[in-house]
Amino acid sequence: MIFQKYAAPKYFYPLAGKCLPWFGTLAILTICAGLYLGLFVAPPDYQQGETVRIMFIHVPAAWMSMFIYAMMAGAAAIGLVWKIKLTDTFITASAAIGASFTLLALLTGSLWGKPMWGAWWVWDARLTSELILLFLYLGFMSLHSAIDDPRRASRAGAILLLIGVINLPVIHYSVEWWNTLHQPTSVARIDGPRIHSSILTPLLIMAVAFKLFYVSVVLIRMRSSILDNEADSRWLQEQGA
Amino acid sequence: MNWAEFFNMGGHAFNVWGSYILAFVILGLNIWLPLRKYRAQQRKIRQQHETAS
Repeated sequence: MIFQKYAAPKYFYPLAGKCLPWFGTLAILTICAGLYLGLFVAPPDYQQGETVRIMFIHVPAAWMSMFIYAMMAGAAAIGLVWKIKLTDTFITASAAIGASFTLLALLTGSLWGKPMWGAWWVWDARLTSELILLFLYLGFMSLHSAIDDPRRASRAGAILLLIGVINLPVIHYSVEWWNTLHQPTSVARIDGPRIHSSILTPLLIMAVAFKLFYVSVVLIRMRSSILDNEADSRWLQEQGA
Repeated sequence: MNWAEFFNMGGHAFNVWGSYILAFVILGLNIWLPLRKYRAQQRKIRQQHETAS
């Protein structure tokens, strides 16, 4: 099976090296396009004024915080069932990026909340569940690094990630299940997005840009960790880095 | 639109630019730190390769 072949570090390492420049270039281009449209083209909101521009960072960062967690949990499940070493490489490479996007979503939310709600922070369902997501990332990272045996570390980490998946629907539906200051979902709706294209376009471009950024950083970190683990392997010494 | 207005962001310069600066710093660290480590590893392997051959 082709997937199993590329799950071997020997084949994954050069493949990741070939993909990296493409993802990196696309990430830079889409970030520039998103910044241009978001800062210069998108009009100020009739209620929120210029602060609406915080959305082009805040919302894609919040989406990434959940997307990366879902990817990690999916990889954890695959790793537990099929015992593929590469899934652990992927998960540990993703964790710090996921935690970063969660932190960015929380901090930009705070900067947006102050002028709109009059408070930097409120203990409502959306904000609290997103904070729990940050603790899940940090908990995973410290658990994984606290266990010396790599196989036990990846098993324990995978179980923690899978239990934490319950938090994802809680974050998504928190604005419907509880009374909250946070505004309801306006993009990922069954009846279609509820915002104008001049705002929606830069938002979606930034979302794509953050995903490309994530893939690029993950590829670098995975190659790095393969170099750490396989330093003595023959394929690496023959092939060179 | 003039530049002064652009930087003022309707009086919310701190909040709007603060968000963009945070994004720049957090994403910047996420690319800079792994890339620095990765480049150092590659340099080391290339040196080993040269001394071996």
